[in-house]
Amino acid sequence: MHALEEIRERARAAAQKPAAFGGDLDLCEYTAQPGECAYVESLEELEDLGEEELARAGVEKSGSQRSGSFVQIDGTVVHRKALEKGLEILGTREALERYDWLWDHYWKAVAVDADKFTADVELNPFEGYFMRAMPGSRTAYPLQACLYIREPRFVQRVHNIIIAEEGSELHIITGCASRHEIEMGLHLGVSEFYVKKNARVTFTMVHNWAEGMDVRPRTGVVVEEGGLFMSNYICMEAVRSLQAYPTARLVGAGATARFNSIVVGQPGSEIDLGSRVVLSAPGCSAEIISRAVTKGGRIVARGHLKGETGGIKAHLECHGLILEEGGLIYAVPELEGNHPDVDMSHEAAVGKVAQEEVEYLMARGLSEEEATAVIVRGFLNVKIEGLPPLLEREMRKMMELSESKAL
Amino acid sequence: MNDMAAGNDLVLELRDLHVEVEGREILRGVNLSVRSGETHVLFGPNGSGKTTLLMAIMGFPRYRVTRGGVFLEGEDITALPPHERARRGIGMMFQRPPTVRGVSLEQMASICSRDDVDVGAVAGELNLTDFLARDVNHGFSGGEIKRSELLQLMAQNPDVVLLDEPESGVDMENLQLVGKAIRILLQKDLRRRRRKCGLIITHTGYILDYVEADQGHVLCEGAVVCTGNPREQLEGIRKYGFEECAKCTR
Repeated sequence: MHALEEIRERARAAAQKPAAFGGDLDLCEYTAQPGECAYVESLEELEDLGEEELARAGVEKSGSQRSGSFVQIDGTVVHRKALEKGLEILGTREALERYDWLWDHYWKAVAVDADKFTADVELNPFEGYFMRAMPGSRTAYPLQACLYIREPRFVQRVHNIIIAEEGSELHIITGCASRHEIEMGLHLGVSEFYVKKNARVTFTMVHNWAEGMDVRPRTGVVVEEGGLFMSNYICMEAVRSLQAYPTARLVGAGATARFNSIVVGQPGSEIDLGSRVVLSAPGCSAEIISRAVTKGGRIVARGHLKGETGGIKAHLECHGLILEEGGLIYAVPELEGNHPDVDMSHEAAVGKVAQEEVEYLMARGLSEEEATAVIVRGFLNVKIEGLPPLLEREMRKMMELSESKAL
Repeated sequence: MNDMAAGNDLVLELRDLHVEVEGREILRGVNLSVRSGETHVLFGPNGSGKTTLLMAIMGFPRYRVTRGGVFLEGEDITALPPHERARRGIGMMFQRPPTVRGVSLEQMASICSRDDVDVGAVAGELNLTDFLARDVNHGFSGGEIKRSELLQLMAQNPDVVLLDEPESGVDMENLQLVGKAIRILLQKDLRRRRRKCGLIITHTGYILDYVEADQGHVLCEGAVVCTGNPREQLEGIRKYGFEECAKCTR
């Protein structure tokens, strides 16, 4: 196939290209072969992962109140099943074999030669999920997906393609996690989202990695006319390094993107996380909200809004809280407009917990530590507009689970 | 303990209280005793140390006690942090409380709650039902802040209630609600069995139209210069101003 050869060629050319942000990694250090995992028809039969490990990745083992599930352990898809009509879930390679048209969505939202990590995913065996909501379809429950790393020194290469067809709604809860004992591991996750005309996608993701894990997600989103993409990202537990800069392109009139990210930097963690929205059609709007708390880790919180045409509106909010000495928060909000009729704004603030607030709560009977914890949780408790009630509950649950360990 | 004895119990006592704020002495030897069931009011010009006095009773570290002390039911609480005082039954209404983002008024009320108080019902009485889910103090008007503070105090149900200008920035309609809530907090409808104590800072004295006070104190330059009938004091202050009031005892 000519097109694939061209993609491979570009990947090979980028195989040594360092990423724009984040520390460089030597891919040769990850030598492990993936472990063996058997496919299971239902999550209940899954013996390789316990309920608690799945819960850490936001996945319900019972699968109740879910419209479908996808689970990948290391390099193997161990379960994938859609339970509601109008939904399709496959492994990405399986889907590429089945649908010729899917190649038109392959490396179209993310550039294969963006850096050595995207190139590496293309040039090596990968898996990942393909999800598709049929035109006009709506499901009662969200889909769940889990990418889990069990094997040390393993590179988990993932290429996800998510398509919400015209007028459909797709709600995804997803988690990535690894065994805590892993001393070294790498997750490379490419995700391409296509939100078609008047479709809505919410993507709620929790990351629970381990101290030795390096993580390089590469996400691109294309939103057509009247479509909505919303990402809610939570990462509170330790990770060695995490660098991601998901980018949404609003290409149709009235398209909307919202990114909410909630990050806690544990001691020793290097986190460089941004969100970018390019607004290139009239009536588009975007919002980026970032909350970062450091307990000693280093966090770069980026945000970039680019208004390419008139009649767009976008806001960026970036707040950081430094709890411990040695912690660092570097907020980089960027606004870029190249049309006179753009309306873009940002606010950024970095500081410590306000003594005045601590004392207010102490006067109500909380100790200093209790008061600080309430304030930090409140700080992370971002009000998310437009999330369906079930998802909001699930997200709270995921946050509470993470918070109980992280804070 | 019979009712008469309860009425004579010393609950809050300030003995020769000296307080410094950022190295500046603000209170210069305040003596004050509040007995069980009594409400006292504090008058005084701006900068006389009224707010400092309440802050020192609550125990905020910025208000450093350099001499004397604060006693609650005979226990020396001078060295205790604010939360220990709150747990022992001291509650304070803040004049300008901070906004705590992501923490709802309902959550604050449950944090305060020492007893089984029906927060929903109290919120209804204070016209705050729609505010329960909102971040505490975020975008609240003057009157809403007062009512939110009172809701929290009612959840806390303290034995000693410290109120810093409860009527400031409150319109007439809200003032009625505020007055009613303070009456409940201070058990004003009880007579012989009343045990709650109040210490109220008032600049205008309007609150006295809603809440009966037993004693008044005039604070000038960090010391109590007059203790007596609060209504007479207020009249004197209105007629002659604080300067004359301060002179009369000298």
